[in-house]
Amino acid sequence: MNIPADLKYTENDEWIRVDGNTGTVGISDYAQDQLSDIVFVEIIVAEGETHKKGESCATLESVKAAADIYLPVSGKILAVNESLPDKPELVNSDPYGEAWMVKIEIEDASELDGLLDAAGYQEFLAKKA
Amino acid sequence: MTETLKRTHLYEWHLNHGGRIVPFAGWEMPVQYATGPTQEHHATRQAAGLFDIDHMGQIEVRGSDAEAFVNQMVSYDVGLINMHEAHYAILCYQDGTCIDDLFVYKLPDPEFGFKLFLAVNASNREKDFTWLNMHARGFDVQVDDISDETYMLAFQGPKATEILDRLAEADLNAVQRFTAVQTKLFNDVPVLLGRTGYTGEDGFELFLPAKSAVQVWEGILKAGEAEGVLPIGLAARDSLRFEASMPLYGHEISAAITPLEARLGFALSLDKPFSGREALLKQKLEGPPQLLVGFEMVERGVPREHYRVLHEGVEVGHVTSGMFSPTTNRYLGMALVKSELAKVGVEIEIEIRGKPVKAKTIKRPFYVPAYRR
Repeated sequence: MNIPADLKYTENDEWIRVDGNTGTVGISDYAQDQLSDIVFVEIIVAEGETHKKGESCATLESVKAAADIYLPVSGKILAVNESLPDKPELVNSDPYGEAWMVKIEIEDASELDGLLDAAGYQEFLAKKA
Repeated sequence: MTETLKRTHLYEWHLNHGGRIVPFAGWEMPVQYATGPTQEHHATRQAAGLFDIDHMGQIEVRGSDAEAFVNQMVSYDVGLINMHEAHYAILCYQDGTCIDDLFVYKLPDPEFGFKLFLAVNASNREKDFTWLNMHARGFDVQVDDISDETYMLAFQGPKATEILDRLAEADLNAVQRFTAVQTKLFNDVPVLLGRTGYTGEDGFELFLPAKSAVQVWEGILKAGEAEGVLPIGLAARDSLRFEASMPLYGHEISAAITPLEARLGFALSLDKPFSGREALLKQKLEGPPQLLVGFEMVERGVPREHYRVLHEGVEVGHVTSGMFSPTTNRYLGMALVKSELAKVGVEIEIEIRGKPVKAKTIKRPFYVPAYRR
């Protein structure tokens, strides 16, 4: 399972890449593998909106189940990946790259402290298995 | 209460080859392998796929009254089936709803000239067997559940016949669709090959001794490796049958749905007596209250089983199966709706997570393979 060292993770299997005060959000390799083939992506937040940590930002459906994706931090939505709904399979093939879902302006950097680093996420997954 | 799940002879093979095991109809079966269901689906449409379907049941009916008895039980006139032929039929309750759907094969029998061989759903095997035995009194028949000693595989896809023909003693190109041949694979494994399936593709269902399961499975995969043959899990089995608009028990047919409602008229011989016939004749005369339709999402969304179907804001039915269709690249579904709406081109809405999403009824099947076009 690929768990890039430079990202932070939630226990709901979202990742966030922090660059200054901008965060890019997607789902982990583990999550896409568990969901199996992704066939539908709907991003339910829009650029310019402000949302709280834990609010749903996207809905995914795989061949077997639907899953809600939650924001790991609060802030203003800077961009959404508009091409992803046309290519849901990117979530399987490139979960940390082309399948990013939203970019968010991090409102409160201290919220990042509550997230897992790569080692912590790996440990979390190991316990779950 | 914990139910002990059964395992097929290929269980270890599945585990060792990336199979993800899930409980299904009392069995532990692979839902997919490492490449994922979408790839398995495409491999079956483009080359061929191999399916472990040993969870399915086989029931043999022998005796001087075999034909009279089975004819009393199933919806299709068994008298129309010639030796080595197979036909799809429904086992109905008296009220016309479905106990199961099955394939009836007429095969040679040394003692009685012929026997009838029924291939039934895993989830209904015991129910079917009990039902048949309950009604066998007064008939000179022996009804045997031979599922444990009979191993069932399916090999489906445009390349399936060509590949299997290289491994079989008989000339498989000469075997007509919906007929069976008793032959040998790999020189010494006795096998009954029925040219039928549950994917919409050409191919065979294989019945062989359980002890030869691993040998035949690995042998076919090896023989088809260069052509791109893959083992196929339950998820792709479902999407393949769905595109071909074949009913799945518990979805398009059930103890609450009649074969008329599921539009399975080709499985009914209403001119001969059988369990459920009176109810079906009455329903045919009055018109079924609900009918099965195919639909396509107009707005984006994944329709799933049990979702409500709306027409002009009013609930008119429910989705029986729905998914993203890999071959047509569309979100499609089947639904039972009020009969007056069961025609092509009707605008409906599917309620997805509480939100009505636009769809329209379309023609079934969604996919017709090259060999039938």
